[in-house]
Amino acid sequence: MKTDYIGKPTSRVDGALKVTGTAKYAAEFSADGLTYGYVVSSTIAQGTIKKIDLEEALNLKGVLQIFTHENVSGLAWFDRSYKDEDAVAGSPFRPLYDKKIRYSMQPIALVVAETFELARYAASIIKVEYTTESHISDLKENIPNSFKAPKGKVGFKPPVSRGDAKEAFENAPVKIASEYIHSAEHHNPMEIYATTVVMEPDGKLTVYDKTQGVSNCQAYISKIFGLSAKEVRVMSPFMGGGFGSGLRPQYQLFLAVLASLELKRSVKVSLTRQQMFSFGHRPASVQQMALSASPDGTLQSIAHTAYGETSMFEDYTEVVVNWSGLVYQCENVEQKYDLVKLNTYTPLDMRAPGAASGFHAIESAMDELAYALKMDPLALRLKNYAERDQNDKKPFSSKALRACYAEGAAKFGWDKRSIEPRSMREGNNLIGWGMATGSWDAMQMKATANAVLTADGKLTVGSGTSDIGTGTYTIMTQIAAETLGLPIENVTFKLGDTLLPEAPLEGGSWTATSVGSAVQSVCTTIKEQVFKLAKKVKNSPFANADLKEVNFDNGEISLKLNPSKTLSITDVMKQSGKVSIEEEATTMPNPIHMLEYSFNSHSAVFVEVKVDEDLGTVVVSRVVSAIAAGKILNPKTARSQILGAVVWGISMALEEDSVVDNNFGRFINHNLSEYHVAVNKDINDIEVIFVEEKDDVINPLGIKGLGEIGLVGVAGAVANAVFHATGHRVYNLPITMDKVLGLSE
Amino acid sequence: MNTFSYTRANDVADAVQNGSVKTNFKFIAGGTNLLDLMKENVERPDHLIDLSRITLKEIEDTADGGLRLGALATNANTAYNQKVEERYPLLSKAILAGASPQLRNMATNGGNLFQRTRCYYFYDLATPCNKREPGSGCSAINGYNRIHAILGTSEHCIATHPSDMCVALAALDAKVNVTGIHGEKVIDFADFHRLPGDQPQFDNILEPGDVVTSLDLPKNNLSKHVTYLKLRDRQSYAFAIVSVAAALELDGDVIKDIRVALGGVAHKPWRIKSAEIALIGKAATVENFKVLAENLLADAKGFGSNTFKIELAKRAIVRALTEVAKAI
Amino acid sequence: MLDFFKQASGSHETTLAPPPAEPAEVRLNINGQQHTLQIAPWVSLLDALREYIGFTGTKKGCDHGQCGACTVLVDGVRINSCMTLAIMRDGQEITTIEGLSHGKELHPMQKAFIDHDAFQCGYCTPGQICSAVGLINEGKANNLEDIKELMSGNICRCGAYTNINAAIIQVKGEVQS
Repeated sequence: MKTDYIGKPTSRVDGALKVTGTAKYAAEFSADGLTYGYVVSSTIAQGTIKKIDLEEALNLKGVLQIFTHENVSGLAWFDRSYKDEDAVAGSPFRPLYDKKIRYSMQPIALVVAETFELARYAASIIKVEYTTESHISDLKENIPNSFKAPKGKVGFKPPVSRGDAKEAFENAPVKIASEYIHSAEHHNPMEIYATTVVMEPDGKLTVYDKTQGVSNCQAYISKIFGLSAKEVRVMSPFMGGGFGSGLRPQYQLFLAVLASLELKRSVKVSLTRQQMFSFGHRPASVQQMALSASPDGTLQSIAHTAYGETSMFEDYTEVVVNWSGLVYQCENVEQKYDLVKLNTYTPLDMRAPGAASGFHAIESAMDELAYALKMDPLALRLKNYAERDQNDKKPFSSKALRACYAEGAAKFGWDKRSIEPRSMREGNNLIGWGMATGSWDAMQMKATANAVLTADGKLTVGSGTSDIGTGTYTIMTQIAAETLGLPIENVTFKLGDTLLPEAPLEGGSWTATSVGSAVQSVCTTIKEQVFKLAKKVKNSPFANADLKEVNFDNGEISLKLNPSKTLSITDVMKQSGKVSIEEEATTMPNPIHMLEYSFNSHSAVFVEVKVDEDLGTVVVSRVVSAIAAGKILNPKTARSQILGAVVWGISMALEEDSVVDNNFGRFINHNLSEYHVAVNKDINDIEVIFVEEKDDVINPLGIKGLGEIGLVGVAGAVANAVFHATGHRVYNLPITMDKVLGLSE
Repeated sequence: MNTFSYTRANDVADAVQNGSVKTNFKFIAGGTNLLDLMKENVERPDHLIDLSRITLKEIEDTADGGLRLGALATNANTAYNQKVEERYPLLSKAILAGASPQLRNMATNGGNLFQRTRCYYFYDLATPCNKREPGSGCSAINGYNRIHAILGTSEHCIATHPSDMCVALAALDAKVNVTGIHGEKVIDFADFHRLPGDQPQFDNILEPGDVVTSLDLPKNNLSKHVTYLKLRDRQSYAFAIVSVAAALELDGDVIKDIRVALGGVAHKPWRIKSAEIALIGKAATVENFKVLAENLLADAKGFGSNTFKIELAKRAIVRALTEVAKAI
Repeated sequence: MLDFFKQASGSHETTLAPPPAEPAEVRLNINGQQHTLQIAPWVSLLDALREYIGFTGTKKGCDHGQCGACTVLVDGVRINSCMTLAIMRDGQEITTIEGLSHGKELHPMQKAFIDHDAFQCGYCTPGQICSAVGLINEGKANNLEDIKELMSGNICRCGAYTNINAAIIQVKGEVQS
């Protein structure tokens, strides 16, 4: 077969656009008479705006308007109009709604001017007086005010306990208990949040937005501003990184649309990098883990408690603790997840939300338990391998985690590890090896795709999904090309446009499964149509053949048993007098399978660190990440996704730290100079292994999605390696030199 | 960013002349820190005088066997200059430990001296800062001060000077050549930057309108045993938590000359000459290096999140000197 | 808590803020073509490229010299275009990502980035590629460790560093052979 692309390494179909700078992102669209918006952010965390003096700024020639809570009105009244697809329980934040300040860096004004520089200047001379009230910003200090995390967010399952973990812990011979503190992290995709609203001559809006869901943004705008879907087209052909930050509409979208409608002008609003710290983030958390086991390593109890921060106006939830009850076999499990309200923006799903932080605690605790048992950390995990999902009492649709452990360990050379900490050394460096397990949900959502096959044999497939760098353009093109047997260059995939059929938000690792299934389905329908026509053409070699008896390959249909009998798709179209065939298909997960099975991807991560004994500096010198995620559609882009996720894990483990100054209730290191993310020099050898995992249950393609799983175990594995190197366990992330040396906590 | 007028200076005299007739102006050369601060509204000059076209880009021998670095030579051209690499490798190493290749291609030697602190509060107009708004208070002392000073602090300011290059210049006893309204002057590098005291708004001792024209490196025998050890929160492209510029001249294992300057710990590169002199004639041993480290940090004071730097700096000094003593 | 509006609102004491400086003529040679702009001095080279000329291939990732997405070559040397004013570059030769390819023919570095899948979201990519071209021009990177250090001024949040380095090594090999 020439056009079997699924599972083959394929270069990105949008590669040339990206390397030549021609791929256009949200702030890169222009329009006649384009105006520029610049956001003014609050300097206090709690209180009210007493006075906002715009006079000087408005006097500047070229400043068109300044929007504040004092002059914005007449918008939708009820909370439900502001609720988007990823909203959580509570009242969504409304920009410029009232004089109340709910968090530091809250947007309080939008200046619109003829140029970017003028808007920025005008913003700098607005005078704001506040009445300051005391704020709450310290998570740990406010745990006494925590409350049970409520339902409300799609996909959130409150944790359930089983057995009696307390009693088992009391009676167990070997036990450990520890606390883990994570500060907040910010997504910081390289592209800054921006919206360009083009006011079309007929008064309709074309909105280029940085988002992981165009239809989510379209609905949001329509509801708030009372527009029909026909009046707002939202597009996002390229997105410079999301990692979850684009799952909810960001406030610059609201502000740009507001200004455009009021001024009847096209408006571009771009945040600053500093303002990228003024909305959702991975919440700070405090976790407590208690594990107990019998001397042979059999887990007797797991107790996992997590306190997560949320805002004053919404209750953000993520799955932090449930993984404890899922990933290991154990009869006595206590899981608790509480929230603490702070003066901060509502947290937001950030790559592997809940799991990235939850697994750091779980896997650090498992490592600590292994040392208490004097047992190899990998052996402890194998001893307690969960064959079934004990949380939901279901079998897994597939679970090749054993293969991850085996292949990862072999590649890494885990069998050469001495269990003793501080047992490996190289000059001033102590060398440590650590490992961890990871898991993520393999979800599928309802999705729709359409496809048009034209007489020239070209296929255009579309769905309103997003490619945030994950490779959606490429894998959908592969699926479509293979399904219809067309050369990949004859297939175009379109996304990021509300004129296309609706797709779910791009997140949760479900895009490949959801949109991929819809693309496969619509292309199969087209294939059936083409074959129907092929059977009818004059002297058709397929007159008596069944679809199962033919191949679609390289633009041709041929009999499997007699491959010389062929008809090209273009001939079929021509002879049938067809200009085009157009179809649409909607797919959703099999509801019976959903009830019967649990769907998860898994990973085993092995890490080597070099820790300077005197200086405490940590270098991650080697990582092996073994992934079980069903069939891999494109090993080339899939490897990149896991490589990138490992970089995220290293960055999370060693560097990322959104520091709140509690005197101000404000993230104080709000720039890329002082909020450290991994740079090139931080990254050394990373090996990615995709283990064979066949899954006939999950979906016809047998795929599970890759966006999150590569990150999940990494921070735990790094932390465990640091312990193995130094004999000193650092519980709080990031693991900085002062913590490694025991000079700070 | 506020509005400002722009003038391009043709030569030093032109720059000085322009400076003498303008108020609230800033010289700009590489612009890598000034524009950053202007975009944050921390710096709000009414005029910019562009020095970048002035031909002060040469790196040439001085009569006494030293080297003169043009103030407008870029950091990259300086670090990679053959004479600098051979005779002052400490300077090359320090420059290359700072910023990024792109920034080093823009930043100038003169401009490097005028980098302002990276203190979070200095940068954030939402918070009080005595350096930015004298009298408003210091948010760092009782705030998050991981990147702040442990030496030479005052109750008004605990900011650090962020340069790596300057740490090496301090160790190398560089001299700063300045032309101002009242003519030319030469300033010892040790005196160029100042401690915050009760006027933290002033980073250095220059008068308004003074133009740095070049830096002189005196001749020394410190090209063999040198290192710049920089500890930071990632492997590259981050400011120092603690850095050490270390240089030794050895006769066998006996110390003939020794220089140790610290970065990331004070309002200026930190050096105590008497502590160095105490080691001259002594053996290059870990024990002696520890004595020096204790002396250098004797007056150190932590403020909470930066207290670890006291111990870390001592360890870094010992490590740097030990490595240097080993090097051939 | 302090009520700190004064710092937040500028230090001008007159009631009228000074008007923006008058535009001046700035001539930039971009990718071999002369562009004459009438812009105020406060326009950065980055914004001149993106907003005033329409070369949006050069990206704004931080606007403060902290990410490298805006990297361009000025007289063959890589710099952060966000940290320089357009007026300071008057008369200089600027090469942006758009100037590296010739029609459909990609620069070897662009091709290598595709071959090695050296990007995901693509937003840092033009800066990475310009930086990599600058790195090769500089001739200071002799091995992988050097490349890692000398490419650390370009943050890739997608974490494509392994593949970026592989692409650069491939092109470096081609340049040397």
